[in-house]
Amino acid sequence: MQQLLNGLFIGSIYALFAIGFTLVFGVLDRLNLAHPAVFAVSAFVGIELVEVAGLSIWLALPIVFVVGGILGMIIERVAFRPLKNRPDAHFAGLISSIALAGMFIALLQWRYGPNTRRFPADSFPNTTFSVFGAQVTLVQVAIMVISVGLVIALTLLVAKSRLGRGMRAVAENPTAARVLGINVDRVTMTTFAISSALGAVAGALFAMNVNSAQLGMGTAIELKGLAVIIVGGMGSLPGALVGGLLLGLAEVFAVQYLSSSWRDLVAFGLLFLILLVRPQGLFGARKVREV
Amino acid sequence: MRTNLFKLSAAAGVLALTLSACGSDDGGDGGGDGGALAGEGTGDDCVIEGEVPVGAALSLTGAAASYGESQQNGLELATKHLNEKEGVTYALTVEDDQTDPKQAISVFEGFAGDDTSIIIGPTLSNTAFQAQPIAQEESVPVLAISNTAEGITEQGDWIFRDSLTEGQVIPQTVAAAVETYGLENVIVMYSNDDAFTESGYDVMASSLEEEGITVADTLTFSKADTDFRALLTEAKNADPDAIFVSGLIEAAIPLVTQARELGIDVPIVGGNGFNNPQLMADAGDAAEGVVVGAAWNSASDNPENADFLEAYEAEFGSGPDQFAAQAYAAMTIIDHAVREGCDGGREGIQAGLGNITDLPTVLGSITINENRDAEHEAVVQVIENGAFAVLD
Repeated sequence: MQQLLNGLFIGSIYALFAIGFTLVFGVLDRLNLAHPAVFAVSAFVGIELVEVAGLSIWLALPIVFVVGGILGMIIERVAFRPLKNRPDAHFAGLISSIALAGMFIALLQWRYGPNTRRFPADSFPNTTFSVFGAQVTLVQVAIMVISVGLVIALTLLVAKSRLGRGMRAVAENPTAARVLGINVDRVTMTTFAISSALGAVAGALFAMNVNSAQLGMGTAIELKGLAVIIVGGMGSLPGALVGGLLLGLAEVFAVQYLSSSWRDLVAFGLLFLILLVRPQGLFGARKVREV
Repeated sequence: MRTNLFKLSAAAGVLALTLSACGSDDGGDGGGDGGALAGEGTGDDCVIEGEVPVGAALSLTGAAASYGESQQNGLELATKHLNEKEGVTYALTVEDDQTDPKQAISVFEGFAGDDTSIIIGPTLSNTAFQAQPIAQEESVPVLAISNTAEGITEQGDWIFRDSLTEGQVIPQTVAAAVETYGLENVIVMYSNDDAFTESGYDVMASSLEEEGITVADTLTFSKADTDFRALLTEAKNADPDAIFVSGLIEAAIPLVTQARELGIDVPIVGGNGFNNPQLMADAGDAAEGVVVGAAWNSASDNPENADFLEAYEAEFGSGPDQFAAQAYAAMTIIDHAVREGCDGGREGIQAGLGNITDLPTVLGSITINENRDAEHEAVVQVIENGAFAVLD
């Protein structure tokens, strides 16, 4: 029971991280490798807001969300838009986003130095519940609720709203969308903003969950995020949610039933297996991109 | 025109080759032996005209940067204090190895190629294993100040260290913990992708075996991991009397916090990586009851240490940790080695380091043994009320 919960909690953070990652890919067909840097930057920003500005965590999280959104717009403007009409725009964007990520992390190190940082001990009520003999903290429940809540909100946004229709149109065919009078640039920028805002909240929640924020925390989760979006189906939102939870569970059950050294082997083995059996991922449609 | 240019560049190439050949010959003799670095007198009366160049390769950026920063502080403070004394002055150059063996190799090559008399560092054991052979080949003495893995000084007769090995500290820690808490059945956890924590684990496992303790399970993690809940749940299911962990401080803080969160309240016994005041600062109440063996006791009241604590606090505004203390002690040791033969050259220092016996330092009374490793007494600490106390 404890392991099941451990897997779900860590999995919901993977999912929140991966959903931002997959959104940009699904709508814009770009892989934004500055996403992991946003994850790290926002954890530090969140800690700064609570520790130095003295805000409550409930006020800090929405601000982190907004800061993430702004970072997303910066990433789009600096790393992607200038390259968008080039024939190698996919690859160039990939590389320039890695470069921008490096700059974000360097700025972070300049500002905060190399030390690991964390939220102050009393920034969140230290309540622990016992569920069927398993220990659950209030932080973990909050993480689960926030992650799943944001994922549902995003799914609704894409399915029902005007912006969502714009996104789906751009995903289908940017040129046609432009002809239909959709402001493709604005949809692009909004997509980046939402994507990074989700990644930002994931970063702050992750730092809270493990009581540790490090410069390299984005790199550590980057490969897992990629695995999740491939398992879920590139561009599929429900796929990223299920993929994230699945990866979290695979990791803890690998520890439980095999051995701790096998954790990554099992998690990434699963990735190979799914690619072999279902190359389009669990929820991906062949050739046709979903949002 | 083209032939002229070709001849010119060929000539320049030959010239450069000749020059660099000369350069390496000089280097082999050891930076300026018999030159300005050989002085007159001995011990406190020794006077050396030139500055003795000391190079340090420390991890100022990258994963081990928090250790490197402390070490830099310790070295700079010690150099300042030594230079206030008459007779010998030291010129300290600190270079960043970026916690990367490749970078450390080029830093070591740089020091070996100029007149540097001795190299201090690098910060991590696995970096040291790759960089120190350069110094051994070029006959430059090295003093390791934080490497605790087995086999560091086995790399050659130019390699020394002042940090106690895990092999010296951990058996004392295990014995003390077993006796104090009456342990019988324990869990061992370690990060298996780091030379330092892996060698710490080896010693831990053999000491536990010697004490006749049952190890219910051995769990591994990666040094970049921060979520340990799955492992800790496994550990908890075994209902151990204690958990032994060989990991770095970056892992120690989340690990200890999450263990307490999951309701694991048995003692957690850490290796040298846990020996950091950050553990209490950041894990808060969760750190209570953590047992750590250490090469340096901040509460030790020997006069060298008392002066050091005060000076460090005044200079940097916070208390020193073991890494700063070991760095500070390194300069004391080097100074003693230089003054003994009144020779700041590479061979002079090598000879001097081999003769260190019962030298009073901030770490206590140090002797360098025949394996070029430092020997002094370790201290076993337990965290009580947010501070390290001696376990007894």
